[in-house]
Amino acid sequence: MTVVENAEQAKKDPSYLKALTELVYQLADDDFIISFRGAEWLGLAPHIEEDVAFSSITQNTMGHAVMFYELLEELGEGNADVLAHERTLEQRRNGIYLEKRNGEGAYHEEPYYDWALAVVRNYFYETFKKIKMEAISTSSYKPLANVASKALMEQTYHLAHWKMWMNQLQHATEDARERINSRIEEAWSEFEDVLELGSYANDMLKHQLISSEDYLKEAWLKEVGVNIANPPESPLGKKYGSGRNGVHTADLKQALQTFAEVYNSDKKAVW
Amino acid sequence: MYNYVEDGDSKTTAYVEEDQEKYEQFMARIEAGEKIEADDWMPTEYRQALIKLISMHGISEIMGALPEKEWTPKAPTLRRKLGIMAKVQDEMGHGQLLLRVAEDLMKPYGKTRENLMEDLLNGDLKFHNVFHMPTKTWADAGMVGWLVDGAAIMSQTNMLDASYGPYQRALQRICQEEVFHAQHGEAIIMALAEGTDYQREILQESLNRWWPALLMFFGPSSAATTGSSKQDIMIKYRVRKSTNEELRQAFLDKYLPRVFSLGLTVPDETVHYDEKEGKWIYQQPDWNEFKQIIRNKGPRSKERLRLREIAYENNRWVRQALVPETIGS
Repeated sequence: MTVVENAEQAKKDPSYLKALTELVYQLADDDFIISFRGAEWLGLAPHIEEDVAFSSITQNTMGHAVMFYELLEELGEGNADVLAHERTLEQRRNGIYLEKRNGEGAYHEEPYYDWALAVVRNYFYETFKKIKMEAISTSSYKPLANVASKALMEQTYHLAHWKMWMNQLQHATEDARERINSRIEEAWSEFEDVLELGSYANDMLKHQLISSEDYLKEAWLKEVGVNIANPPESPLGKKYGSGRNGVHTADLKQALQTFAEVYNSDKKAVW
Repeated sequence: MYNYVEDGDSKTTAYVEEDQEKYEQFMARIEAGEKIEADDWMPTEYRQALIKLISMHGISEIMGALPEKEWTPKAPTLRRKLGIMAKVQDEMGHGQLLLRVAEDLMKPYGKTRENLMEDLLNGDLKFHNVFHMPTKTWADAGMVGWLVDGAAIMSQTNMLDASYGPYQRALQRICQEEVFHAQHGEAIIMALAEGTDYQREILQESLNRWWPALLMFFGPSSAATTGSSKQDIMIKYRVRKSTNEELRQAFLDKYLPRVFSLGLTVPDETVHYDEKEGKWIYQQPDWNEFKQIIRNKGPRSKERLRLREIAYENNRWVRQALVPETIGS
């Protein structure tokens, strides 16, 4: 494998650069949006200890997003803050399921958030993130492999946390089981694009940036299969399309408006 | 972030006959600078005052995360997002740490954290006046870090040698983290102060709005103002050292020169340092309004409590799932 040591080297091969930036946008946008949804939960978790743990995870995850946006900045995509705040809906590459609102209401007003959604979503996502980060930790692009290794150090604990919630709630009351199962069913019909790499998947594989889509998907199915008491029989789906290709829902639009509200209030300003 | 709320309507503690010999031994211990631990004998008055102080402190940390949380998803840069996320997480951590200390003290009364949450929702447990205030712009996120946490550091530092060991140790850690919060707040404020016209405008507007709440922060200077004050008991039992007014003066000493050097003003034309008296002269905030605020009649009291209420009700199924044996089987 030819190791690409830095951004300057990566920029010399346009096909390599394109596949690499596409991949990093996906990683950055996934972490960014799930962290945004996590931040909306603050103060609303089932108990204080969970608020402390969840906000710690959310904060780490935003840290990972920042590292990915900074990789993009090095690759010539522009300033990391601009990338996070100014790209349009169509330019976003996160999986659609990750942008789903936490429940009814807004985070500061009548937030009827659903803990079952939080648990299922974060468990599914963190399980996949571990597989993806491990695949990327041997990536041909050295700076990316380094970030993945760094992220894995924290991410292992994130996954352990959500796995614990999954196990507890699936084996608790009838009510809890039903709530979790119904969120698993829902995720099953929407999660597939999170597992995918979009239209540059073949180039990503060719340039040894990450493993194949098939491998990632199978590894995820195998892993969650162990922890889900009753895995759905239906095949995985992407009900709303593929976020990897810039398809998104009104939920992401709402998130973009919120997180860029201050940023947009004075674009000349240094905050 | 926190402070002890001096509320005007606290119920009078019933007089409890103490074992005089034990009481004298206890006073000798704290006067010798010894720390009291959770299982040690302590006067009822001491225990009750501590429960009130620490549960209020803990719940204020938790309620205090809510005003900033309003701006967490909106923080205008990636660095600011990381900063404010770290900060609100710390505040929750402080709340948790303090509630654990309060829980140990409440054990003899058979009270738990559930009871504290219920007390909060039904208005028996108060939270600090500053957290009843609205946050209208990003400048408020900076103001909370800079001046509200700055004030909190002063009142907490005042208790760093508190006679109750578990509280004193919690405060050591909390104060260390609060210093970072104040720096985080100051960095936001500096960026605004050196920024565009719009940024300076929201900064001044924010300070104008927060000023009365900041003066109220340390509580009234004497019981005469609001009907009751626990500061004397707290000083007698070596929980705190300075009075409310001494703390407020120290706060003005530290921050007013900084406020003025940034070209900002406070909405009080009379404010000045009196060299002869060696203290700041300022217009008293409206202490009647203060009483209303801490009785949950402040501008955002209802909405903030509503968030906790929704979280409490909405997650009932999770609590039941975690302790299945208690659900009426």
